[in-house]
Amino acid sequence: MNRTIITAVGKDTPGIIARISTFLDSKKVNILDISQTIVKGFFNMMMIVDAKNMDENFDEFVSQMKDISSELGIDIRCQREDIFDMMHRI
Amino acid sequence: MINLSEAFETQNMIQHENLDVRTVTMGISLLDCADNDTEKTCKNIHDKIKRLAGNLRSTAEEISSEFGIPIVNKRISVTPIAIVGSSCCKSTKDYLKIAKTLDSTAKELGINFIGGFSALVSKGMTKGDRLLIESIPSVLSETENICCSVNVGTTKQGINMDAVRMMGQIVVRTAEMTKDTGSYGCAKLVSLCNAPDDNPFMAGAFHGVTEPDAVINVGVSGPGVVKAALEKVHGKSFQVLCDTIKKTAFKITRVGQLVAQEAAKRLNVPFGIIDLSLAPTPAIGDSVADIIHEMGMEQCGAPGTTAALALLNDQVKKGGIMASSYVGGLSGAFIPVSEDQGMINAVKAGALTIEKLEAMTCVCSVGLDMVAVPGDTPASTISGIIADEAAIGMINQKTTAVRIIPVIGHDVGDEYEYGGLMGTAQVMKVNKFSCKEFIERQGRIPAPIHSFKN
Repeated sequence: MNRTIITAVGKDTPGIIARISTFLDSKKVNILDISQTIVKGFFNMMMIVDAKNMDENFDEFVSQMKDISSELGIDIRCQREDIFDMMHRI
Repeated sequence: MINLSEAFETQNMIQHENLDVRTVTMGISLLDCADNDTEKTCKNIHDKIKRLAGNLRSTAEEISSEFGIPIVNKRISVTPIAIVGSSCCKSTKDYLKIAKTLDSTAKELGINFIGGFSALVSKGMTKGDRLLIESIPSVLSETENICCSVNVGTTKQGINMDAVRMMGQIVVRTAEMTKDTGSYGCAKLVSLCNAPDDNPFMAGAFHGVTEPDAVINVGVSGPGVVKAALEKVHGKSFQVLCDTIKKTAFKITRVGQLVAQEAAKRLNVPFGIIDLSLAPTPAIGDSVADIIHEMGMEQCGAPGTTAALALLNDQVKKGGIMASSYVGGLSGAFIPVSEDQGMINAVKAGALTIEKLEAMTCVCSVGLDMVAVPGDTPASTISGIIADEAAIGMINQKTTAVRIIPVIGHDVGDEYEYGGLMGTAQVMKVNKFSCKEFIERQGRIPAPIHSFKN
């Protein structure tokens, strides 16, 4: 399992999760968990995904996600889960 | 499972508080590269570094992209060149040849700096040590990516005052030979006492002879993260202050540990140590002086600064030590003047003097670092400053260092912009009284009484 955390922050508009999920589906990336909150019109979302069956390498995946990020006008980041685990779990 | 606030806390540290991994440094032993022919030695050095560190840069970039953490520098430290070159180098020109090989290899591999153009002379000098030290001004003026260091003392062996005297002259000569760039050569030259074998930070990094063939050492950073955390507990008790620093240092170091493990695995080189230093940069907010200010000092350098720095340094270590079983290098808080915007502001305001900095070096992780002084400062005065720092290190059993820049053609109050991580030097006042007669004495200062522990 190759667990990755995708976070998105930006102005709330319809279809953000739909757009990201469709992209993940096309890359054979499975969503394991999703949580979101809206604070003063700002959308904060975190997805934990499993990227073990992903077709391409991580760099290409990140760069395509960046295109979606600019298309939606929000900040999307993809990072391996280990960095969060190391920092927040003993 | 990680929750939303934890995920955003990590991202906030990286995006807004300048959290980064300052350096992934590969230590490489060059002992097996020594030959009695200089050309052959140079070829062996180039081939070995290329074989082991050929993928260092690309691997670090790959890790940076996957984990979303910036890795600012990719560096190499090598066995002190005075040892490697001792059997083939008959003149300073031969050492310069080795330096140029290292420099071109660094450029070929896309490495930021190679450290280890060094000599360890705490008790005495071999002919090779002397030639290497004499070649330093030419090396620093004719190469770009080489860092030079000379260890002039240890707690176990005392201080080699002949080397201290020589280093004052070498600093001045280097300043003169690089005067067109604000005596920039001196920014890559450091005189140390109790130099660690596994330091990943420049300019003092070298790969000690007790180290394995190759090793990955990682230096973390994060003054901005500590400062942001302390803003949230403004005015609270010392207990809360200490706890906050420890928790933050723990988190920062864990990131370094992760990067180090991954880099070691992917490069197939053993992991050495994490250096859990708070290393400032000229970026706004990425400053150790700003942490001191946040702790309650009107300006860094005010009375109380040494106590605040001692607390900070100790808590950083206590938090970081829990996060990695192998902590080494310099580990603590760095106080480079030109590289830290808060320090520069304190100097400009008249709050921070060389004398106060010297007191602070008793409790920080290293020493007088990136301190600019007038270009006409005598070599003997610079040797005096080096001797003072070495004495602090020797007596207190800690690493101390001097990286001082006599900026030729500039005087107290002048500013010189180096750019990048080196920042802006503010020329500081030096005590005008002479120590020439003391420095001209021959020989060494004996090891202190508490070094005899056998």
